[in-house]
Amino acid sequence: MSETLGTQHLLGIDDLTKDDIELILRTADGFKEVLARPMRKVPSLRDLTVANIFFENSTRTRLSFELAEKRLSADVVNFSAAASSTKKGETLLDTVNNILAMKVDLVVLRHQDPGAAVFLARNTKARIVNAGDGAHEHPTQALLDAYSIKEKFGRVAGLKVAIVGDILHSRVAWSNVLCLRKLGAEVMLCGPVTLIPKHAAELGVRISHDLDEALRWCDVANMLRIQMERQGGGPAYFPSLREYTMLYGLNRERYDRIGKEVVIMHPGPINRGVELSSDLADSAESIILQQVENGVAVRMAVLYLLAAGLDRTGNP
Amino acid sequence: MRALTILSEPAFGLTVQRLCRQLVEDRGDLGETALVGLHPRGVFFSRRLRTELARMTGKADITYGELDITFHRDDFRQRPVKAVPGTTLLNFSVDDRRVLLIDDVLYTGRTIRAGLDALMAFGRPRSVELMVLIDRRFSRELPIQPDYVGRAVDALNGQHVHVEWLESDGKDRVTMTRDEQ
Repeated sequence: MSETLGTQHLLGIDDLTKDDIELILRTADGFKEVLARPMRKVPSLRDLTVANIFFENSTRTRLSFELAEKRLSADVVNFSAAASSTKKGETLLDTVNNILAMKVDLVVLRHQDPGAAVFLARNTKARIVNAGDGAHEHPTQALLDAYSIKEKFGRVAGLKVAIVGDILHSRVAWSNVLCLRKLGAEVMLCGPVTLIPKHAAELGVRISHDLDEALRWCDVANMLRIQMERQGGGPAYFPSLREYTMLYGLNRERYDRIGKEVVIMHPGPINRGVELSSDLADSAESIILQQVENGVAVRMAVLYLLAAGLDRTGNP
Repeated sequence: MRALTILSEPAFGLTVQRLCRQLVEDRGDLGETALVGLHPRGVFFSRRLRTELARMTGKADITYGELDITFHRDDFRQRPVKAVPGTTLLNFSVDDRRVLLIDDVLYTGRTIRAGLDALMAFGRPRSVELMVLIDRRFSRELPIQPDYVGRAVDALNGQHVHVEWLESDGKDRVTMTRDEQ
């Protein structure tokens, strides 16, 4: 069993080996225990500074990262595009170099452009954690999803996971497919033809356009939101939200028709009544809030393991 | 490499028993006492103590926990050390308890320092005492001393003390080896 990560940054699940993923999940177990203590804090990162740089809106992910950093005793600085110089024409690289000039050791980056995290990793000295780059990857979400599945079932290998919804625009779906496949789960993508990428089947996943079929097949259903903000001003991907909900929305009636237990997941934010009905989102079948809780432990594990590779003198 | 025996198998057992008797003599029925073993190697010792104390006092419900100090180490990022934690099992509040920290070897004192730090995350104990099977004297880097000692050893730099446990190594014994010159 490996004790160190094979990478210096967490840019995507694509760069991780199965050993890396398992190391992160095992380490997260330790932090989950820390978070259950009366004093939920350890001193591991007390001499490090982490910058959370968010060029895109986020509540859950930013909060989760910030909590993870604080529970590890790191110093934290936050930067969000709305309140920044990017509005005044500063480039990504300049913004980040300015922040790094203030001696930041790790950067958590969310950006609307795919590859932004890779670009930064190549051009700066800090360790980068990708917190979502466009429709490319969102690795910590996939890791916490895998962790939550493992916590629920005791394993990931051999399980059947259906990812339902706007696959085309979803970085969560892409990272999840990679992560689940590396851990040995079977994956099915389900959604309207227009929202499934053309060559998705080449990833070694099943494709379905029928939610009932997907639900009968799977042990876990990960329901994704329709990403209106990424669908742009072009032609519509489906006729109406109402039709989408009719075909791909999960509600109690549809759930009861499956005739077996399927665990419901959602990366948030939920559009209640669109992809998932309110009562199911809050039901015993859903592990949505456990996902959020596990998110902090998994992010602590990622930051901790990346920090372990940093020289104490601050040289990368 | 020649190994010098510090505790043979019979002496090992007697030492553990003696420490238990000493503890009972000092603390009576152990009502307020909590035994806390330190991962990774101290827990073999603490589990043994728990069993022995239960046999000796007839009390099956001795308060017992195990503590992992990985996240509290002061050498994180200084040298390649084990980064993945063991399992902390401390399902009681340490508030107002008399905690006995348990480890196999006391050497520089840094592990115990981290252990104290980790322990305080679970509350404010009334007191903390330290029991070790082997005390390597004159090698401390911090002002930490044990309250209960199985055997004190004066080892030079370049000498290594090995504690073996039946559960993990197939045999109870303590030996010392020396680096080849």
